[in-house]
Amino acid sequence: MTAIAENTPAYDGKVLDLTGKSGARAFKNTLATVLIVLAFAVAMIPLLWILWTVVSKGYHLLLSADWWSQSQRGITVRRAGGGAYHAIMGTLIMALITALVAVPIAILGAVYLVEYGKGTRAAKVVSFMIDILTGVPSIVAALFVYAVWITVFGFNRVGFAVSLSLVLLMLPVVLRSTEEMLKLVPDELREASYALGVPKWKTILKVVVPTAFGGIITGVMLGLARVMGETAPLLILVGYSKNINLNPFNGFMGALPTMINQDRTELALPNAADRVWAAALTLILLVLALNLLARLIARFSTIKSK
Amino acid sequence: MSSPDGTAPPDRPDGTAAEEPKIEDLVHEDAGTTPQFGGLASEHADHEAAQPAAEVMTESGVEAAGTTATTETDGKLDLGPVGHLGDRLFGGLARGSGGLVVLIVAFVGIFLLALAIPALVDDKSNFLFSRIWEPGGDQPRFGIAALFYTTVISSIIAMLIAVPIAIGVALFVTYYAPKRLAAPVAHAVDLLAAVPSIIYGLWGILFFAPILRPVINGLSTALGWIPLFEKPPGDNVGVVFTASVVLAIMILPVVTAISREIFAQTPTTHREGALALGATRWEMIRLSVLPYGRSGVVSASMLGLGRALGETVAVLIILSVPNGNDPWNSSIFAGGETFASKIANNAAEFDSPEKTGAYIAAGLVLFVVTFLVNSAARIIVDRSTPGTKRPRRNRRTRAAEGASA
Repeated sequence: MTAIAENTPAYDGKVLDLTGKSGARAFKNTLATVLIVLAFAVAMIPLLWILWTVVSKGYHLLLSADWWSQSQRGITVRRAGGGAYHAIMGTLIMALITALVAVPIAILGAVYLVEYGKGTRAAKVVSFMIDILTGVPSIVAALFVYAVWITVFGFNRVGFAVSLSLVLLMLPVVLRSTEEMLKLVPDELREASYALGVPKWKTILKVVVPTAFGGIITGVMLGLARVMGETAPLLILVGYSKNINLNPFNGFMGALPTMINQDRTELALPNAADRVWAAALTLILLVLALNLLARLIARFSTIKSK
Repeated sequence: MSSPDGTAPPDRPDGTAAEEPKIEDLVHEDAGTTPQFGGLASEHADHEAAQPAAEVMTESGVEAAGTTATTETDGKLDLGPVGHLGDRLFGGLARGSGGLVVLIVAFVGIFLLALAIPALVDDKSNFLFSRIWEPGGDQPRFGIAALFYTTVISSIIAMLIAVPIAIGVALFVTYYAPKRLAAPVAHAVDLLAAVPSIIYGLWGILFFAPILRPVINGLSTALGWIPLFEKPPGDNVGVVFTASVVLAIMILPVVTAISREIFAQTPTTHREGALALGATRWEMIRLSVLPYGRSGVVSASMLGLGRALGETVAVLIILSVPNGNDPWNSSIFAGGETFASKIANNAAEFDSPEKTGAYIAAGLVLFVVTFLVNSAARIIVDRSTPGTKRPRRNRRTRAAEGASA
């Protein structure tokens, strides 16, 4: 008893008084519950509001076949018609190139962190740099590529430059999720493989990576979803073209975010507003589809987190 | 019989193929000393460690070689010897990718700095403390004071709004929502992160800003005597405050996701201990969950702050650019420009190296600020990691106990 009495003063102020009137405590508890549920409601309002706005204003253009097959070639801001084919293709092409560059580096980088560099000082530096890269704003990534691609090398503003800057944004997302997934692969699998005499690199390629494959694909999808909606690199590194241009190394290129940006100052004109919201809905659908696909793959992947 | 990894083509260009007849002769004379046996010869010719492995094979003779062949035709794992070329190649690739990440971050800093320095040398006004932005021409004058102020104040307000709500949502998902509802709710909040920022900007200025007008008027009437809340004349809603609220919505999912993970890891013993002492649910959260997750929430807030600092298009669309003749206004109910919105807004001005240099210098400052904020977040996590390490250890020890019992 004395020991407890001696110890008690040290905890003064840290321990809540649980002996007070039960009415006041019950009230506080209810108040906290109300506030927490309210916080949740407040968080849901913008999501539903944004989705409702975009869907209700944009859906009718998406129903026409022209939207998916025509470009905006020759269509002035006041006129209706045309479609978003050029912008959808531009967004997809740039995202595809980004993925082709970023995914191999990201997976190999994650393999390094988990399989080769574990616990070393070099791995800690790499890990720290990935955190920094995660925080690099898209406009800084775009400026960096502008500095290299245009100022130093003297190339033109093209779709490929956008992809390069998007690589900086996608790389850390895919790398981190791949790293988490590789960590979840049980060591027993690796040990079994080594015991059979399989070399380390083949163990990684044929045992570790396939086991974590579902999770890696999820990370790739989430990374793609992040870069597809980016606008800042498009504004700086490529001009908006209303024509179909499928060549990322030559000429301006349409993309959904810049298609929205193109007409956003003319929203008083009904045809321009229709186009903007329809492009916004198309972009949201693309990004949400990737997100949902990612979750679906994660659900059916072979290893689960937790 | 080519190796599936492609590192050991049967006909090697470096001239070893010419030796093969000799080896075959040796096989006829004395099979025991021949390191390269049958099909294995070409398979492993490339690998340093092929010799001992092949010698082992020769002890059991043709049968051993036969079984190796069958496993390979089955398309199953090819049991190559440890420590060969593939390992060094693959390990090198992996290390190279790790190094590449470090190089990229270093290059971002170096290139921005290299291109900013000439412009900074020409700058006729104080880069850090001037509010003027007139790059280019004979007398370039530009400073980041106004940009820095707007960037930081809008992001801090966004954080102040987002963090309490994010903590609420995280607690709701982890300890209040019915189990069946928790996962869908968490996913719905994550979907907020999936909405592209340009759509936040459009929605923010067209639909959300008008309903903020009474809030702006109310706050400026009540607190207008503080310069920060002084409302300039006019009916402008494209102000810093509006941008902050939209930024708060945009960083909400980031802060929520991290807080949620940390709260969920609060040891059951802490929570049950509090409840056993007669604590209500809220008291349990104050006693066990919040102290446990404090550092995690702080670092989540820093990451959110980093996001808000660098957000470009939403801010670009919402913030009205002040007229050049207007005196600079520190109020959050006035327009302004952040680093990111300034750069994006003037992308068309990147025609001369001096002008571009000025914007790159602004971008460099933004990079340094986000670097510092993110590093701080990382250091907080590293220094006190109750949220990530302790529970895992607990789980492992529990599993070990279960195994021994």
